[in-house]
Amino acid sequence: MALRKGKQFEWRRKHLLGLRDLSVDEISFILDTAEGFEQISKRAVKKAPALRGKLVVNLFFEDSTRTRNSFILAASRLSADLINFTQKSSSVSKGETLLDTARNLEAMGIDIVVIRHDAGGAPAFLSRSINACVVNAGDGFCEHPTQGLLDVYTIRKIKGTLAGLKIAIVGDIAHSRVARSDMWAMTKLGAEVIFVGPPTLMPTAVDKLPVKVSYSLDEVIEKVDVINMLRIQFERQSSNPFPSVREYSHYFGLTVERMKKAKSDILVMHPGPINRGLEMESEVADGANSVILQQVANGVAVRMAVLFLVNQAAAKT
Amino acid sequence: MKSLLTAEQIDKVLDDLAGKIVADSPADTDIAVIGIRSRGEILAQRLSGKLSERLKKEVPCGTLDITLYRDDLNSPQGDAQPQVRTTEIGFDIDGRIVVLVDDVLYTGRSARAAMDALIDLGRPEAIKLAVLVDRQGREFPIQADYAGYESDAEPGKNVQVLLVESDGKDEVIIE
Repeated sequence: MALRKGKQFEWRRKHLLGLRDLSVDEISFILDTAEGFEQISKRAVKKAPALRGKLVVNLFFEDSTRTRNSFILAASRLSADLINFTQKSSSVSKGETLLDTARNLEAMGIDIVVIRHDAGGAPAFLSRSINACVVNAGDGFCEHPTQGLLDVYTIRKIKGTLAGLKIAIVGDIAHSRVARSDMWAMTKLGAEVIFVGPPTLMPTAVDKLPVKVSYSLDEVIEKVDVINMLRIQFERQSSNPFPSVREYSHYFGLTVERMKKAKSDILVMHPGPINRGLEMESEVADGANSVILQQVANGVAVRMAVLFLVNQAAAKT
Repeated sequence: MKSLLTAEQIDKVLDDLAGKIVADSPADTDIAVIGIRSRGEILAQRLSGKLSERLKKEVPCGTLDITLYRDDLNSPQGDAQPQVRTTEIGFDIDGRIVVLVDDVLYTGRSARAAMDALIDLGRPEAIKLAVLVDRQGREFPIQADYAGYESDAEPGKNVQVLLVESDGKDEVIIE
């Protein structure tokens, strides 16, 4: 076809393991592709035949509602077949290794594995061991690339671009793979990222990351265009990183009072699930600046784009 | 490279297409024009302008991206990686006569994909196919309702439609 003769970007990765290694062009290409998928969820027949006859496996070794359902929806809307696999109801609880589980699934003819695992690097390990495409749905404290992508997609959609924006990521940075994927995507697209939280919730060697660090939300709140409030992950904390929940809320919660100091068009984001009243007051979570539910809706379009692209890369090579 | 149609001839072909469509359409029918990305989109806009003039009412115009419906999507022989773009149809296609517009009708595969994509958007009263160039070499049982220039270019030749909006000039060439 005539239009194809010009040089255009070509996506070549059959795995999406993280955003750290992606180029600006690759990230932008995923976001552009996602725009084409967004309308499918809004029309009469909410389905397109792009992955017809392909088998997608959701391999979740950690609890998840949002991400798992979002991938289920994304795969369904592309007409793929789907196997849902959770640790509790599988042979993993009988001692099967990750590799054996994956090889057994591969024997069933899977095309794409969506994996969440509490060990960082598990998706990369899997991608070296099997032939199917691998999509990381969260590994340890490393990355959660589709969350990072849907966050920048949401910001780009509203603000037009990320270049020049100041973005605060607040709270439990140390335990957050979302913060890491966000950081890579946002800084690559030209935004300035500030990690905000108590020193006990900062990752080690944070000074080696391309971010600024602040221990005071009050100092940061007036300056930023976007604020992403992370969930306090009680289930991952072995020690007590702050004296009390009340004290944490007092210093780092996004309250109605604090919002008064923010820019009037600040975007309030949260990867969910929200601890209402802890990192964010309900009035803020449900307020006019909140784009939390748009994040959820955009997540489906972004995941459709990712599933589509990795499968394309596998089909064309 | 040889020129098949000049800018003037392209405009005349579009005028003729508009004339035939109008002649076919009783006054009370709801017509809409939908172009297949990318060249069809531009031609659809021009055609909807001409139709609006002749029918003295606004003929809505939309754009259809057929990437996800292509039959070579997952085939290694298919085109290099296609880019998914947006479908932009700002009106309800239910009950309308939809004139699908493309630059060249050749194998019929794009038209097949476009019909499948359209049907996922609603249930039009009818789908008609209008093309600027009708080239021999069909692989599917699909014909144009409104065909412009007819070409018997041999297989292996490349018939290209150039348009001001995308290529800087209006011309149809064969290479």
